[in-house]
Amino acid sequence: MAQVLSPVPGTFYTQAAPGEPVFKKPGDLVATGDIIGLIEVMKTFIEVKAETSGTFKGYMAEDGAAISAGEPLAELEA
Amino acid sequence: MSLKVINPGLSTSIQDLGRPGYFHLGIPMGGAMDRFALRVANMLVGNPEGAAGLEAVFMGPTLTFEKDVLVAVTGADLPPKVDGVVQDGWTAFEVKAGQTLSFDFLKSGARAYIAISGGIDTPPALGSRSTYPIGALGGFEGRNIQAGDVIPLGETDMIEPELSVPAKLRRLPGKPAELRVLPGLYWHRLTPAAQEGFFADDWAVALEADRMGYRFKGGKPLEFVAREQPFGAGADPSNIVDGCYSYGSIQVPGGLEPIVLHRDAVSGGGYFTLGAIISADMDLIGQLQPHTPVKFRKVDMAEALAARATRKKMLAEVRAHLG
Repeated sequence: MAQVLSPVPGTFYTQAAPGEPVFKKPGDLVATGDIIGLIEVMKTFIEVKAETSGTFKGYMAEDGAAISAGEPLAELEA
Repeated sequence: MSLKVINPGLSTSIQDLGRPGYFHLGIPMGGAMDRFALRVANMLVGNPEGAAGLEAVFMGPTLTFEKDVLVAVTGADLPPKVDGVVQDGWTAFEVKAGQTLSFDFLKSGARAYIAISGGIDTPPALGSRSTYPIGALGGFEGRNIQAGDVIPLGETDMIEPELSVPAKLRRLPGKPAELRVLPGLYWHRLTPAAQEGFFADDWAVALEADRMGYRFKGGKPLEFVAREQPFGAGADPSNIVDGCYSYGSIQVPGGLEPIVLHRDAVSGGGYFTLGAIISADMDLIGQLQPHTPVKFRKVDMAEALAARATRKKMLAEVRAHLG
């Protein structure tokens, strides 16, 4: 089991825009570099990318949640 | 002698203590948002306190060096790593030619200051190497650093990597962070209830927080004393006939979300400013992450000056400690 950690503090989003589908659903295959979510901070959106490949287990932070750096955002099964 | 940027981090810029003297022309002072941290980082590696270093926001860069250097990282708790081995913050360590300096996740604070022996030696602009990206001034080609940049370093004789600053001489904001405010020119524009509410309310750092200004949210909207707006002030009660802004001044557009102007702020405009954060607390703002709870506390000029003297004393203690 691998966790995707937030590189920065900010607000976490699981979709590219309101109404858009979530980036990943449980069971989806994830390749290294795939976008898992977005973090908004300092007037910019930062893409959170998977650093390993695997199967998506689920998000660990809610859409719109305030998160700090190093906080787990999602879980992958290798 | 140079360093190479492998990964720039989120928003990493070259900063020294800034370029005071041009604010009346609209060019901000610039410089490190946490000036104390930059000074200490420089002292730890044997540089003059005002040498240029790197200011890394939330996320550290990945760097390599052409020659052996001494490095110190102060300010935010953003653990530095040399070839993957974690090093202490607020402590000088050596990075040998070809080794990689990278960073772990941010643990607390917001901005880490990276001083390198010899200092960064980009060409000064108006007397400073500080980066002012909006004006494309200073720093490396007037912008934040990017992957592939090769940044010149000053030549120096390296001191021994033995200096460290004890925890009691480091400074990071508490939770909630307390920011002291001296009411200012337009304080009278607020009703007594709004004046009281501003200090009683719980605020938090908003996502719109950068080198130009820090925005706060969560408090009640401010009520203004009714008046007929003067010619040129516009209809909104938070508007004034254009005036000067100072470093640290607090404007509240629409009476809704206070914005504290910081090192890269504009120098004037049409919003009323209710007062200013005292100079002794400006470094702390640079270390606030979004969502951090904040309380504003009212002080008078005597307390503001006493706080400034306390800051100077702490810097003198660090100088004495590091000899």
